[in-house]
Amino acid sequence: MQPTPTSKPGKPAFSLAGLERLKGIGPIVALVLLCIAGTLLNPDFATLDNLMNVLTRTAFIGIIAVGMTFVIVSGGIDLSVGSMAALIAGVMIVVMNALVAGAHPMAAPAVILAGVALALALGALFGTAHGLLISRGRIEAFIVTLGTLGIFRAVLTWLADGGALSLDFNLSEAYGPVYYQSVLGVPIPVWVFALVAIGGAVILNRTAYGQHVQAIGSNEQVARYAAIRVDRVKVLTYLLLGVCVAIATVLYVPRLGSATPTTGILWELEAIAAVVVGGTSLRGGAGRVMGTVIGAILLSVIGNILNLTSIISVHLNPAVQGVVIIAVAYLQRGRR
Amino acid sequence: MRSSISFTRRSALLAAACALLSGSQAIAAAPAPLTIGVAIPTATHGFTAGIVWWANQAKRELEAANPGMKVIVKAAGSTPEQANQVQDLLVVNKMNALVLLPLESSSLTQPAAQVKNKGVYVTVVDRGLTNPAAQNAYVAGDNGAFGRLAAGYLAKQLNGKGNVVVLRGMPSTIDNERVNAFNDELKKTPGIKVLDAKYGNWNRDDAFKVMQDYLTRFKQIDAVWAADDDMAIGVLKAIEQAKRTDIKEVFGGGGAKLAVKRIMDADKLVQADVSYSPKFIYDAIKMTANARLKGQALPAKTIVPSVLITRDNAKQFYFPDSPY
Repeated sequence: MQPTPTSKPGKPAFSLAGLERLKGIGPIVALVLLCIAGTLLNPDFATLDNLMNVLTRTAFIGIIAVGMTFVIVSGGIDLSVGSMAALIAGVMIVVMNALVAGAHPMAAPAVILAGVALALALGALFGTAHGLLISRGRIEAFIVTLGTLGIFRAVLTWLADGGALSLDFNLSEAYGPVYYQSVLGVPIPVWVFALVAIGGAVILNRTAYGQHVQAIGSNEQVARYAAIRVDRVKVLTYLLLGVCVAIATVLYVPRLGSATPTTGILWELEAIAAVVVGGTSLRGGAGRVMGTVIGAILLSVIGNILNLTSIISVHLNPAVQGVVIIAVAYLQRGRR
Repeated sequence: MRSSISFTRRSALLAAACALLSGSQAIAAAPAPLTIGVAIPTATHGFTAGIVWWANQAKRELEAANPGMKVIVKAAGSTPEQANQVQDLLVVNKMNALVLLPLESSSLTQPAAQVKNKGVYVTVVDRGLTNPAAQNAYVAGDNGAFGRLAAGYLAKQLNGKGNVVVLRGMPSTIDNERVNAFNDELKKTPGIKVLDAKYGNWNRDDAFKVMQDYLTRFKQIDAVWAADDDMAIGVLKAIEQAKRTDIKEVFGGGGAKLAVKRIMDADKLVQADVSYSPKFIYDAIKMTANARLKGQALPAKTIVPSVLITRDNAKQFYFPDSPY
């Protein structure tokens, strides 16, 4: 474990800064190596279009993973994010369709704004519920979020009658640009991803709240003695993650304009993997938001390269992903 | 009325059967109530949602038409859960016939054999059991035709020449059957080249990513065999985003209402589909119920044909109320 933060919960990260920086290079080195390999295997890999495709599809998992970094650094976990995204998407679609089809149909932009607001509110609500059950209710985060994983997905499946929920066609046309449009040559989801990542890094490293999150993850008891309001900080981390999931969903819905019972399946594992590959310990205490961002990009680059080549059997693709993940974890391993 | 059962039953199991059918001796006047257990996968995607919907449709119709008949529909998310449900249907609900769509063939073979040995009439749907002796009847869609019709249609539309990319479902025997039939049929038209075939997991999002990468990688694609109507939706979005105009056909598969609707509305890319309707669970339940009421056996194997859906016949395949 990290010995220093336990004795100085107020400012844990600074004394380790040098070591942290060294460890942080691992995922970047891996990403650069992967990109070189990708270019050698297929020159199309290095095109701007492909780069933007990869970054755009990383945005969902990446944004969720930034929120997940906070939860994991604080010593928690959230297994429900994929189901939560699916449910938020489903509810958004149902409500937006109703607003358009209702007795007093609203204009498309207003409906979209209402949908976005609803999504953010739902994310915050679900996150707060998680946080309260975990801190006040004193139930293991693993169990609480495993439970809601089932609940969220079941409710969506019920809403969709097992099939798909599709956004009204005209709304879909109006909302589509949120995913497909570019600003200054960069797709909107990538901008949002960048903003969330920068915001997350600033909050985790430059605010008292961020320090408290790290302190709680290092040693909850000591954090309590240091007069940190542990319960409040914990609830806030889950709330933050819920909002991140909602932001990801707001970007996801315009892509296909639909939610199905398979929407967001296994996103939780991808998000957790991105966090850990990026150098945050699953045991909590310390983490880097930028590492998480690199981790998320790395994971989708592997899939992208595998799709752009056919040197190995498609049956072995998941094995390649597994090998790369373990190799990167090895590169950035810390001292136990 | 029970006479035909004894044809198929081993004498050693008569004791168990008697216990099950207790009261059947006294049925000269009133027929014994028929209880049909239906074990199917839970709705995890459009197709299984259709299965659940059609199973319940059969339940409603049968129970309305035959007072006293019970049709109990159980949906399972995993093979152990389904095996337990099959057991419960026998022990708790005392079913006398089972319509089973196994989540996985090999794991459900033993549980099915056990209830069959207890005198339950077993109809297996879609995925055959590894030991055919564990089932009385087998009702399935035609996976060979699913691939063959798609290949034949695309070969004709492309005039025997062009580049095709393929999206596969999930690694499974069904997927292999379809893809092998597709490839075999295409061998007849050597002018058509399959550029690559990758898994899209019968999922819209995965299909979107795979198609994006195909579009990055191949500059000239004439047609896409998306091999599933859900995957076709992701494929269409990716094509739209890349603003590519080289692709002339996107062929899905399954006959989902969204795809059939597009065909009816003369979509530019989706002009044909092949039926592989979850309605076969409905057919299987009704066939089993009617045969059991008359005391008859079903044919050992019933194949529900897969049919090419084009604008001409799309109307008969459009079920707006079904989730699929």
